[in-house]
Amino acid sequence: MGWQTIVAGLAEAFRLIISLDKTVLEITVRSLYTAILATLLASIVGLPLSIFITMKEFPGKRGLKFFFNSMVGIPTVTLGLFLYSLFSRSGPLGTLSLLYTVRGVSVGQAILILPIMVTFIVSAIESKDQELRDLVRTLGASEYETSIAVVREAYSGVSLALVSSFNRAFAELGIATMLGANISGITRVLTTAIALETSKGELGLSFALSFILLFVVLALNYFINWLQGGSS
Amino acid sequence: MSGFNNQKTIMIVGAILVIIVAGGLYWNYSRPDEKEHLIVSTTTSLYETGVLDALKIRFESNYPEYNVSFISQGTGLAIETAKNGDADMILVHSPSQERGFMETGYGVNRKTFAYNFFIIVGPESDPAGIAGMDPLDALMTIAEKGVTGEAIWVSRGDNSGTHSKEKSLWAATGLDLESLKAEKIEDSNDPWYIEAGAGMTATLNLANEKNAYTLTDVATYLKNYANGNIELKKVVDSGQATLNVYSAIVCNPDENPRGMFEGSMLFLGFLVSDEVQTMLVDYGQAEFGSTLFKPWIPELDNPDSDIVQWVEDFAYIDGSECPQMYRHQAGDLYQ
Repeated sequence: MGWQTIVAGLAEAFRLIISLDKTVLEITVRSLYTAILATLLASIVGLPLSIFITMKEFPGKRGLKFFFNSMVGIPTVTLGLFLYSLFSRSGPLGTLSLLYTVRGVSVGQAILILPIMVTFIVSAIESKDQELRDLVRTLGASEYETSIAVVREAYSGVSLALVSSFNRAFAELGIATMLGANISGITRVLTTAIALETSKGELGLSFALSFILLFVVLALNYFINWLQGGSS
Repeated sequence: MSGFNNQKTIMIVGAILVIIVAGGLYWNYSRPDEKEHLIVSTTTSLYETGVLDALKIRFESNYPEYNVSFISQGTGLAIETAKNGDADMILVHSPSQERGFMETGYGVNRKTFAYNFFIIVGPESDPAGIAGMDPLDALMTIAEKGVTGEAIWVSRGDNSGTHSKEKSLWAATGLDLESLKAEKIEDSNDPWYIEAGAGMTATLNLANEKNAYTLTDVATYLKNYANGNIELKKVVDSGQATLNVYSAIVCNPDENPRGMFEGSMLFLGFLVSDEVQTMLVDYGQAEFGSTLFKPWIPELDNPDSDIVQWVEDFAYIDGSECPQMYRHQAGDLYQ
């Protein structure tokens, strides 16, 4: 136990990565796929919604922002439990057959990360000078052109929002457990596999999978960072 | 540096995302998917030993038109999942809960397929001196020594099948569990009865750290001992009171919308087939140095043996593994 297990886990992680272990590869790809699909789903709703919130004045705007702010911290098991009862065959959305599927997990993760995305993007856009928006408008830009200009100006904030949302979806456990149920070869992802191996007492393999998860997160964030740095 | 103001970069990132998702979709849907998906909701003690993976491989090679998925949960949640119509059958080890599942009309065609014994494990030094005792005497001794600080007991405390077994053992000693939980070790404020609220491996680790005693299923204990996670030793072995019986129940097709009754019946027949019963005889011998599950069907050849009497007393409902009224298109399953 102790350091030995962690070091052995690190070595095992390298071995699994280098040997392209089929099961580990499959689980990692599924994790990536689920989280990317969740991020795309959430951005389809989240981007227009955030622009709407920042550009328009409407009754209940403060309340809506407060709601999204608060939902940033929703525990994944709570949301998972709620969605489980909706997606269950005896639940109101049972006919969609989303329970115990990768699509279902993605939908759940999209709902989980939507508040993070909206809150980050709204604050990124709002941090840009109000005058900029007015300037673009006075130059005769349409509503659509104005929003494009504002989003482009706030791009580093928006990309941070997307990356954080992806990271949250990729690393969460509660929804993947409740909606996916960790079925081998169908809904098993990195986090649920780590939880299973830990509960089985296979700590070495747990550490190995954890390190793979960390590698992927680090590599992706480095890549995004590089893109941002390289583009200016 | 002004971030992503380069349209090219945006398009590259966008293209990469689209390629990954499209690839994923292709990979998800291009695989032949004409197979029927059988969902079996089961308990952690069966799942974590790997025996179900071995069964899955054999079943799918016998019946290639099926794909079997296991969902591993505590007995209570496993039954709940089946009641909600999200699973086709259950494999569990809690006769009283199984009876409820059938009485409410959700479950039919129960079959017992394996058994083993719970054991009490503890520190090698055995501070309470209970080695070799009958399970009930052992628990009463632990309760006496707990107050004097010579023994600590760790309970799962999570309403699992193992936890309900532990509670029924305390009930059989005649001691009141609620007042035991409130007892403190002499000259201190600490209880000797600790509730882990966790799975079996986590509970074994806790007992190991605290030099405590706990009730465990053989399979999980052997696995963790072989891994070197714990140093606890088996102190109390099998007895009638610690019998653990595994049964399978199929969801009633009238209550369950998944429409997998036929596949579930095939899997049920497979569990009690010679093939699986023979496989269980030495499953785990190589890895753990001991078998994990004893096949039940061969025991029926000696109806007067102790074990058959014990299982019938403990796990049968009104003298049958599945009374007539809970059978549904069972064919020759009970002959």
